[in-house]
Parts: sequence; C-alpha cells; structure tokens
Amino acid sequence: MNLISPAHTTGRVIGDVLLKVDNISLSFGGVKALTDVSFDIREGEIRAIIGPNGAGKSSMLNCINGFYHPQQGTITYKGEARKQMRPHDAAAQGIARTFQNIALFKGMSTLDNIMTGRLLKMKTGFFAQALHWGPAQKEEIEHREFVERIIDFLEIQAIRKVQVGRLPYGLQKRVELGRALAAEPDLLLLDEPMAGMNVEEKEDMCRFILDVNDEFGTTIVLIEHDMGVVMDISDRVVVLEYGRKIADGLPDDVRTDRKVIDAYLGVSH
Amino acid sequence: MGFFIEVLIGGLLAGVLYSLVALGFVLIFKASGVFNFAQGAMVLFAALSLVRMMEVMPFWLAFILACAIMVALGWAIERIVLRPLVNQEGIILFMATLGIAFFLDGFGQTIWGSDVYTLELGVPKGPMFIMESLFEGGILVDKLDIFAAVVAGGLVLALALFFQKTKTGLALRAVADDHQAAQSIGVPLNYIWLIVWSVAGIVALVAGMVWGAKLGVQFSIALVALKALPVLILGGFTSVPGAIIGGLIIGAGEKISEIYLGPVFGGGIENWFAYVLALVFLLYRPQGLFGERIIERV
Repeated sequence: MNLISPAHTTGRVIGDVLLKVDNISLSFGGVKALTDVSFDIREGEIRAIIGPNGAGKSSMLNCINGFYHPQQGTITYKGEARKQMRPHDAAAQGIARTFQNIALFKGMSTLDNIMTGRLLKMKTGFFAQALHWGPAQKEEIEHREFVERIIDFLEIQAIRKVQVGRLPYGLQKRVELGRALAAEPDLLLLDEPMAGMNVEEKEDMCRFILDVNDEFGTTIVLIEHDMGVVMDISDRVVVLEYGRKIADGLPDDVRTDRKVIDAYLGVSH
Repeated sequence: MGFFIEVLIGGLLAGVLYSLVALGFVLIFKASGVFNFAQGAMVLFAALSLVRMMEVMPFWLAFILACAIMVALGWAIERIVLRPLVNQEGIILFMATLGIAFFLDGFGQTIWGSDVYTLELGVPKGPMFIMESLFEGGILVDKLDIFAAVVAGGLVLALALFFQKTKTGLALRAVADDHQAAQSIGVPLNYIWLIVWSVAGIVALVAGMVWGAKLGVQFSIALVALKALPVLILGGFTSVPGAIIGGLIIGAGEKISEIYLGPVFGGGIENWFAYVLALVFLLYRPQGLFGERIIERV
C-alpha cells in the first residue's frame, strides 16, 4: 500500500479467496452466538455482514481477529487453516480492525494513535530508539511520513495534535480507521464504521472506505446497519439472524430475498 | 530566609526518595490496573540482594545481577500469580499482591539474612554547606541526599525516554490506555506485563539502593511503601510526573510543617502530615493532581 501513488486505479480486481469461514459455532455458556456459519471473503472485495441486532455479526468479526475462539469450525486465512488465533497474531498476519464502540487510546494525540498502528512495522532496537540514534531516527521519519500521508488521506490534518478523547464521535471513528490503515492491512474489519454519524459524515466515511479498497486493493469486511450504504458499497453481502446464516450473495439478490425481508420486517403468523 | 530554604531543600530531597517508591506503583497500576502492594517488599528484596552480593563481588557486577534477579522475579510473578488471575476483579489482584508482599518479605530475609546491613556505595556522605555567598552561614544539605536526587533524576529521564521514544514504550502507553485496542494492533499483553514488572523491579532496586545507603538495609525499608500511598493520592495513580511532584510536595510539606506548625501541635507532625494531606485531597480532588479526570458522559 502506497498512499502517494496508488498501485492501481484503473479497475478493481477481485481475486482468490483470502479468508474462508467453515462451520463456525460459538457459544457463551448456554447462549449460542453463532451456529454453523460458513462463508468466504475474496481478495479485494468489500464484503458486508448484516443482520438484526444480536444476530452475531460482531461475534463473527471477533472470531476472525482472534478475540473469540469458536468451539467448532475452522477459519482459513491466506490458505492456512486454524482453529484459533490470538489477536496479536492476527494483527501480525495483516488483519486490522475497528470497533463498534470506538477503542482508541483516549489519552494520546491523533498522531500518536495512528502511530501505534505502525508498531508492528518498527524494527530498530530499543536503545537506538531511546537515544534517537542513526537508523532509529531514519526509521522514525519514515513511519512519521507514512502516518502523515494517512492523515492527509483522511483529511484530519487539523486535529493532528489533539487528544482524541476530546474529539467528536465522527472524527474518533475516522482516527480509528487511520490507526487500522497504518498497519497496512491485507484484511480490514470494520465494525459499524458509520454508526451514530450524520448524513455528511456517513458520505465521507463511505468515500474513504471505497478509496481504500479501490486504491490499495485492501479487502474489507464491514458490519453496517444502514441498508442504503451496504447496498451501495459492498460487492457481496452475508445476512445473519440469530447466529445463523440466512442469505449470502450480491446486494440485489439479498435485498429481494424473502428470508431477509422477514428477518428485518418480522413475519406475521 | 536561609533557614526556610534549608528546610525546604531538605524536604524536597527527602521527597525524592518517596517519589522513587511511588514510581514503581504507578508503572504497574498504569499498565495493568493492579495496585501492587508488594512494591515495598520488592524494594526490600532488591536492596537485600544487592547488599549481600556486594560482599563477594564489586558493585557494578552486583548491580547487574540484582537487576537480573528483579527481572526474573517480575517474570515469575507474572507467570505464576497474575496470569491465572487475568480478567479477575481489581480487589482480587490486589489481594494477590498482598500475598506476594508477605512471601517476598519472608523469602528475602530467609535467603539473604535479616540483620541490618550497611550499604556502602562509595559516594560521599555527611553534611555540607552550599550557597554560602547567598546566605549567611550557607545552607546545610546531606551529600547523600544530593546523590539520591541525581540518581532519581537520571532514572526519571531514562523512563521518560523509554516511554516516549521507544516502540515498547509506545506499546506500553497503548496497553495502559485500552487493552482491547492494544491487542488489535498487535501488542501481546503478557509481554507488556512482563516488561512492566521488570521495569518496576529495577525501579525498586534503585529505590532500595538509595534508601539502603541512607538507612541501612533492613526490614523497615519495606514499610517505606506506606509513605508512597499519600504520594500516589496526591499525584494520581496513573501519572509518572504526578508521582514525582507528589513525592516532592509530601517531602517538603512534612519538613516545613514539622518546623513551623510542629510547636503548635507539640511536634511529631512529620509522621502523620502526609496522610492528613492525602485525606484532604481525597475529599476535594480524588483523582490527584495529575490523574486522569474522572469524566462520565451521560
């Protein structure tokens, strides 16, 4: 990913399967969060997960990035099947994410928050960094430049030095996206990136998501409640209800699916 | 005027020592939310290790070995005590550290002995006069106190560099702020806790070294930790600068109140002044001078 000169702007390429979820079941005590869910995510696509509240969407993301360990099923990422994974391993393998209830480092500035996304890319040793010596200084400048490019990209120059705890909600969401982007992820998981935003902020966020996907070819998995947004920007949609998959396919097919309509509108018995 | 400054400087220098102990508490509390009651025991254990090893080897070697012992101890505590208790309530972790404190007090004295040991660091001791041109008769300070202040200053500088400039420092600040978010950007929590306990162990060693040189290495050093409590309440449990300023305020406040208020109360103020000050802070500013403001969004 190169933020100055996009690798390809001509056309989006949807590639092979990047991540495959097979028969995942997850329960907390007697509560079944997910039951036998399978789907795949292809390289370069925007994949939406939708469903009514409590359908298990966030649980699914948490399984993918290792916060939850499903009792059954496998997750195959980059061709490697695994039963469970820890969050920092997931991060090391190129999975970055944002959270439904923003999880930023509230005491740090915007710049420092995004810089933390670069942690896994920092190589120079500890003493060299502390003393700001030779290669460490060069490395820091490189990371700093990268972070500045993200800040430009997300149009948050004005709040660079502001402590993020003081920022309005919409901007915090944007900073969180910036932190995830700083890790140069192969797979980006966004948990309700537009929740609680006004129309204008939603439009901005949509544009950023599309640009990230378009310009850097980042694969994106997205949970969202705003149907208009989901149908507009995603390539394929998975629908969950009560922890089960009830539909999976192109936005137009999903929109007209009887089960999906019932799940959202309720069925009269 | 000269006398007042003398009292003030003496108090500030004593306060530096409180800051050193308080620093160890803050480091662990910030990163893991554990109030480590064993910090005082760690100070004693570190000082005992250092002083007994110095009997058979030169200072620098003993210091390096003592550092290694404290890192190993931090590792053992993380592995054996804290990891099985992960996600438990704060009070349970606190009780666990209480257990560690008793264990370390006993264990340290069993293997290293329980006498009073003199710690000779080879630095000048005794009183000296400074600023003689400014004040009549100059100002009396203890050379050892100045040494302690220099050591503490160096330690704080090293910690500041570590926290602000290194990758591990950035990861530490991230963990201190939000565990979940830190994990999602690839920070392994266990590794960070190990680092924090090791750093707290080394801070304990430095504190033990300075206190030991001043008072002799003995059990009462472990009780110094109790003086760090009001420092923490003043400075805030999560603030490194707070621990330092808090220590200085307590140190100076103790001495000044002893001299100027002492006669009113019939003396002995030094022993309780810090706690009363802490009580006042708890009433009016419970987050301390530099602690994170407790804000609830409704």
